[in-house]
Amino acid sequence: MNTSGGTRERKSDHIRYLLETEGDAIEANTLGFNEGRYESVADLEDYEALKSEARAIKEDAIERLPELIDELTETVEANGGTVYLADDAADANRYIREIADENDAERLVKSKSMTSEELEVNEALEADGVDVVETDLGEWVLQVADEAPSHLVAPAIHKSEDEIARLFNEQFEPDEPLETAEELTTFARDRLGELIVDADIGMTGANVITADSGSLMLVTSEGNARKTAVVPDTHVAVAGVEKIVPSVEDLAPFIELIGRSGTGQDITSYVSLLTPPVDSPVVDFDESDVALADRDDDREFHLVLIDNGRMAMREDDHLRETLYCIRCSACANTCGNFQSVGGHAFGGETYTGGIATGWEAGVHGQESAAAFNDLCTGCSRCVEACPVEIDIPWINTVVRDRINREGDDGRFEFVYDELVPDEEDTGSIDPQKRLFGNYETLAKLGSATAPVSNWLADLGPVRSVLERTVGIDRRRSLPAFERETLVDWFESRGPRVSAADAEREAVLYPDTYTNYIDVDRGKAAVRVLEAMDVHVRVPAVGESGRAPLSQGMIATADTKASRVYAGLAEHLDAGRDVVVIEPSDLAMFHSEYEKFLPETSFERLRDGSYEILEYVYGCLENGANGARLRTGDGGPDVAYHSHCQQRTLGVDRYTRAVFETLDYDVVESDVECCGMAGSFGYKQEYYELSMDVGDRLAEQFTAPEAQNRLVVASGTSCEDQLEDVLDRDAAHPVEVLDPRSRLH
Amino acid sequence: MSAESGSIRNRFEEALADLDVALTRTTPAAFESTLQEVVTEPVVGTPLPFEDVSLPEWVDDEPTPATLEAAMTSVTAASFGIADYGSVVLPSTSEGSEPVSLFPELHVPVLHERDLVADMPTAIERLGPELRDGGSAIVATGPSATADMGALVEGAHGPNAVHVVLLETGGDDE
Repeated sequence: MNTSGGTRERKSDHIRYLLETEGDAIEANTLGFNEGRYESVADLEDYEALKSEARAIKEDAIERLPELIDELTETVEANGGTVYLADDAADANRYIREIADENDAERLVKSKSMTSEELEVNEALEADGVDVVETDLGEWVLQVADEAPSHLVAPAIHKSEDEIARLFNEQFEPDEPLETAEELTTFARDRLGELIVDADIGMTGANVITADSGSLMLVTSEGNARKTAVVPDTHVAVAGVEKIVPSVEDLAPFIELIGRSGTGQDITSYVSLLTPPVDSPVVDFDESDVALADRDDDREFHLVLIDNGRMAMREDDHLRETLYCIRCSACANTCGNFQSVGGHAFGGETYTGGIATGWEAGVHGQESAAAFNDLCTGCSRCVEACPVEIDIPWINTVVRDRINREGDDGRFEFVYDELVPDEEDTGSIDPQKRLFGNYETLAKLGSATAPVSNWLADLGPVRSVLERTVGIDRRRSLPAFERETLVDWFESRGPRVSAADAEREAVLYPDTYTNYIDVDRGKAAVRVLEAMDVHVRVPAVGESGRAPLSQGMIATADTKASRVYAGLAEHLDAGRDVVVIEPSDLAMFHSEYEKFLPETSFERLRDGSYEILEYVYGCLENGANGARLRTGDGGPDVAYHSHCQQRTLGVDRYTRAVFETLDYDVVESDVECCGMAGSFGYKQEYYELSMDVGDRLAEQFTAPEAQNRLVVASGTSCEDQLEDVLDRDAAHPVEVLDPRSRLH
Repeated sequence: MSAESGSIRNRFEEALADLDVALTRTTPAAFESTLQEVVTEPVVGTPLPFEDVSLPEWVDDEPTPATLEAAMTSVTAASFGIADYGSVVLPSTSEGSEPVSLFPELHVPVLHERDLVADMPTAIERLGPELRDGGSAIVATGPSATADMGALVEGAHGPNAVHVVLLETGGDDE
């Protein structure tokens, strides 16, 4: 789909509006949840094993889903309930309306359920005159305000205490104006309490359902789900078919992970394990003097299982993983963009956050996912946060690829045929995406024609055209191309440590940025490696495929992966180590290439490639002389930001360790992502969001203990972003360690 | 065995302390006087399924919706406790112990020390047969709470305080 200038402006206006109105509340709450997650999972004895266990249960359950649906249906019916398997939302709503009609229901109370939002069941029931009341306090706030949830778990996360007080005071005109969260909660509890005891039907969702017992697991803190399920005599539960697991014993890892992953609580106040119809008596205030113990209730229970696209997702090799999602919200809370803008931008018709792309594409269709899919920058911080190990960035990439392949005709082929020699079906993909996806070609051309290309790029009229046609924001400075590439420089310079004298042999991978733009950091890397007695080669190996992949151009990335492997295979066979400066390219080698290369090739490259500071660390551990590098004695004090993908790979610790070994004084940021994310921050429609995300980093590096330090970052994007938000120079760690470094 | 159950009890006590949830350990003989110190009148409850203790006469053990709504405290039995989390497992019974534990401001779950299990997998293993037999239970940890009104508030739709009464088991000579 093409994004025209007008669409870009509307998108950027919408984001700006949300940043101004909802950004502060979203930021405070998501950062709190995210920090809580780190603390809470640290208490687990074996967090990684628990995640793998949860993952295995979901994989098995989705594999056996048809059989589990049958088993669950039999169990629930044997328990005395009914099961209805609804094809889609309309089918489910029709069935639920019939239940309401048969029960002459005047009021239905609900506990929080995203699946019910997906169905839009409230609207369907209200059309029949049923009074539908949300009893989750956050959902009720939204019902009163007539707004949509902005978060999977905390739906009113975008509203502050003051805003809620203003809303309630206007709507309900209480005798004493409400101010504090306590007062608001008491008011809501009392009001909703009256509505619950008068309700005819209670509707809940389900976090998990067990096929062997027919039990629903409901994870809540307020107690409203308990009341909703038990106070009225009729209980309707709506749940996607993917919520079924084989047995009760499968619940333990989900109970241990869901609260920790979502809101950072070890466990929520109530984990209800209900096997309806339940034994508890109905709490019937029409018979308010009849002892509960003396009642003989005939409870009614309906389980409405929703397909609505899920069985098709199960057949889709890329969307299937979405069905493992337990909707904990970790992917949203850990996401730099979500932390700034929330689910009203980063979300579709129903679902919000990184995983929403899979849900929306599966249940509402690609159009709904297309509206926000670009907000996933592929930073991958959600991957380790996900309790069921879903590769959320990959789902976003696949859906982006699919969106690229549909839509309007392209309009820029006349310049693009030369600039964008990609493998994509032409004529449909957004020209902005193609430009960034083919960045290597642009860089080659820019370098070959430097410095003229740089003068041109800096010209006002050129920036104006770039902004109008491909949406490159003119407030960003463009990287300047070097006439002499790293590969050319090294070829004429040659190695300074001969293979015969070397401790090790390494191939320095010339990523696009290092080769054509920041050649200095490549030179610094060569000198650092040689100081460790490493024989260095810098072969002309092409772009890793990261750039096209980030634009959803999977076929192009796949081709590039094969070319890179072909260029490195002989070196790997010769026992040479591949050393990578740019973490996003290393992440390709270590993660995404699994999808593009034969298993043996993928493993060989993965096992033979290292992040540059990881490699320096290894050399130092194996006896290399650290004194031949620039050390903290004489070197600058450092404010360091590790790269998002570097952290997900778990290799950021080596930079930290090397700085420590060499006696550097380091202050480190703890923000998840700088917000630049390759091309994201250059895009006109996302410039302000990118800067807002970057501000969190800027805040840490302008604090008194960091403001006079040298800014150091491992990623290209991070360096660019830090230079923009701080107006200070930023360097790569290897440039700090370079024996010739003059950086301060 | 006693050393191990002792450590489970310590873990339970520590978890509750972390949650700021009160716990009083008492003997069956001292149960009534302990309860008297813990509760606020009026008190409702459901019969305790224990041989060595029962609810004192001053607790209304046949609550109606009206008395439930008027009560300040509820006293109900927990089937067992989960040491790692400070959780109590509240069963659904035909006497209504589940809703009774939910309405009043203070809930007092009563359980035997011998009914503490170490961790979540053990708890769920114990619940498996009960749920497959049609039973239901709430794993309850601390009071009800919400952060939906812009700040954390204890006491949402359920109790705003929980006070666990832990019955000593047998005696050390057993």
